Amino acid sequence: MSTDQNQTAPNAQPMIDIVGLNKWFGPFHVLRDINLSVAPRERIVICGPSGSGKSTLIRCINRLEEHQQGSIVVDGTELTHDLKNIDAIRREVGMVFQQFNLFPHLSVLENCTLGPIWVRKTPKRDAEKLAMELLERVKIPEQADKYPGQLSGGQQQRVAIARSLCMQPNIMLFDEPTSALDPEMIKEVLDVMVDLAETGMTMIVVTHEMGFAAQVADRVIFMDAGQIVEQNTPDEFFNNPQSDRTKLFLSQIL
Amino acid sequence: MTTSPFFRQPNDMLPERAPPVAMSGIIGWLRANLFSGWLNTGLTLLALYALWLIIPGLLNWAFFDADFAGTDRFACTGTGACWAWFDQRIDQFLYGFYPDEQTWRVNLALFLILPALAPILFDKMPGAKQLRWFSLAFPFVATFLLIGGFGLEEVPTNKFGGFMLNVTVGLAGIVLSLPIGIVLALGRRSKMPIVRTLSVAFIEVFRGVPLITLLFVAAILLPIFLPSSFSLDLVVRVIVVVTAFASAYMAEVIRGGLQAIPRGQYEAAQALGLGYWRMMGLIILPQALKISIPGIVNTFIGLFKDTTLVIVIGLFDVLNIGRTMISNPDWLGLAVETQVFISLFFFVVCFSMSRYSVYLEQRLDTSKH
Repeated sequence: MSTDQNQTAPNAQPMIDIVGLNKWFGPFHVLRDINLSVAPRERIVICGPSGSGKSTLIRCINRLEEHQQGSIVVDGTELTHDLKNIDAIRREVGMVFQQFNLFPHLSVLENCTLGPIWVRKTPKRDAEKLAMELLERVKIPEQADKYPGQLSGGQQQRVAIARSLCMQPNIMLFDEPTSALDPEMIKEVLDVMVDLAETGMTMIVVTHEMGFAAQVADRVIFMDAGQIVEQNTPDEFFNNPQSDRTKLFLSQIL
Repeated sequence: MTTSPFFRQPNDMLPERAPPVAMSGIIGWLRANLFSGWLNTGLTLLALYALWLIIPGLLNWAFFDADFAGTDRFACTGTGACWAWFDQRIDQFLYGFYPDEQTWRVNLALFLILPALAPILFDKMPGAKQLRWFSLAFPFVATFLLIGGFGLEEVPTNKFGGFMLNVTVGLAGIVLSLPIGIVLALGRRSKMPIVRTLSVAFIEVFRGVPLITLLFVAAILLPIFLPSSFSLDLVVRVIVVVTAFASAYMAEVIRGGLQAIPRGQYEAAQALGLGYWRMMGLIILPQALKISIPGIVNTFIGLFKDTTLVIVIGLFDVLNIGRTMISNPDWLGLAVETQVFISLFFFVVCFSMSRYSVYLEQRLDTSKH
C-alpha cells in the first residue's frame, strides 16, 4: 500500500479534471453535469447505449467538440477558446477514431511522421526512426511504404494507433476503435491496446468490448442519457452493478 | 433432400487458375469490346463504314489534291485545300505584329515553358527541386522577354497577336486562376462572415456575367472609371478579367472537391495538433484538388479556348488574324483552311492538357497497388 502511495504522490494532480461539464447540440442536452477526474496512468473504459454521450465526452477532451458549461483541465491546462491552449492540449492527447481516419494520400510512414515533423518540429530522420519503432510495436513495420487503401481494417487501425503515439502523447483517447472492424481483426487491435495499457499510458476508451474492460480497465464508467450513471472497478461493475439501468444494459450485451 | 456435411483442410484449398482463353489476348479483347452482341457488332461495322467514307476524302482534300505553293489564292488550281497562305502568313499567325527581328524572344519564352513546367508536371523527375526555382521565376522572365526593357528593345503589347497572344493570356490565366480559385473556395467555406461574404460576392458576380461583357468592361469602362494617371495596359486588363472569370469557376470546382472530404480527415488532422493552414495545406487540399482534377482541367481548357473572345475588343488573336487574312483579296475565301489550321492548334494544346490530367489522376491514385 505504502509503495502505491509513493508512486501516486508526485502525481497528485489529476491528468484530466472535468468539473460540471454541460453540452448541448442545439436544444438537445447531450452532456449533463459530468464530473470526472482521471489520474495519471489510469485506464478508464466508458460504455453505454448509443446516443448516451460517451463519444461526445471524450471528443470534448481534445476540443473536437466545444462545451458550453463547466471546465476541462488537461495536464494543468484549461480548455478555453484560447487557441494556444487548444494546440497545447492536442499535442498531449492522442486520439484513435472508429473510422481510422488515416490520410489516404500519404503512405503509412508519412501518416506517422506528419505530426512530429509539422507540429513537434522533429527532424525528418528522427521522426522516421520513431515511426518505424512504433510501427514495429503495432506489428506492421513491413507496411510502412504502402498506402492506407492497401491495408485491411485491422492494419489501418493499428497504423492509426501508431500515428497517434508518434506525437508521444501523455493521454490516449479511443473512440470505439474496434466497432468498424471485421470480427477476425478486432483481436489484433485489442492486443495492441493491451500492450499500450501495460506501458502505463493514461487511456480513456469508449468501447463495447467488455472483455477488454475486464482485462485492463482500472475503472468502468457507464453512461446513459448524457450523464454518468455508474462508475466502479471492473470487478464490481460486472459482478455487482448497482443501478437498474446498468443491470439492464449488462443483461443485454453479455 | 439432405445436405451432406462437408469440410476442407488448409492443404486442399483450391489453387488459383488462369482465366479462360476467350477472355484474354487480342481475340478476347475484340470479342469483349467490339463484337460482344448483335448491337455492338452492328455499331462496329457502321463506324468502320463511316471512317471508310470520310477518311479518303479528307486526305485527298488536305494533302493529295491540295496546293502548297504560291503567293496568292490564284496559285491554287487543284480541287483540294489551298495551303499557299501558310508560307506567306505563318509569322502573323504565330506572332501577330511582333517585330520580325525580335520574334526570337517569343520563341525563347515559349521554349522556356518546358523547363518551367516540367518540375511541376512531373515531380519525381531528377533535379525537380532545383528547377522549381526557375518555375517561380518564369512568369517574370517571360514578361521581360515579351515586353522588353532593361536593354532589350521594348515591344508595346498592342503588337502582341496571333497564337502568342492566346498563349500569353491563356497561360497567365491558368497560372493565376488556380491559386486564386483555391483562396476563394476556402473563403467561401470560412467561418468568418466578412471573408465568406466577399468570396461569395466575387464568385457570383464573375460567374454570373458573360466573359464578353467583362472584356468590354476591361477595354472600355475601366479606363473611364480609373484615374487617368493610373493607366493599365489593355492586355494586362484582359488577363485580369479572364483570370477573375476563370477563378470564379475554379473556386466552385474546388469547393466541390472540398465538400467530398469526410469530416474525419479534418478531425484527425486537428487531433494531431495541426492548425488551420497546415491542416488545409497538408491534408485537405491535396485530397480535394486530386478529386477536382477533371473539373480543374475542364476550366483550364475552357479558359484557353475563351482567349479567342478577345476578338470582340479588337485584339488580334489568332482567330482575328485568320479572319483578317481571308478578307484580303489575295486570300479571299480560305475560311475552311484557316479554321482547320487554328482548330488543330487548339485541339493539340487542349488534348495535351486532357491527357496529362488522365496521367496525373493515375499517378495520384493511392487506392490500388
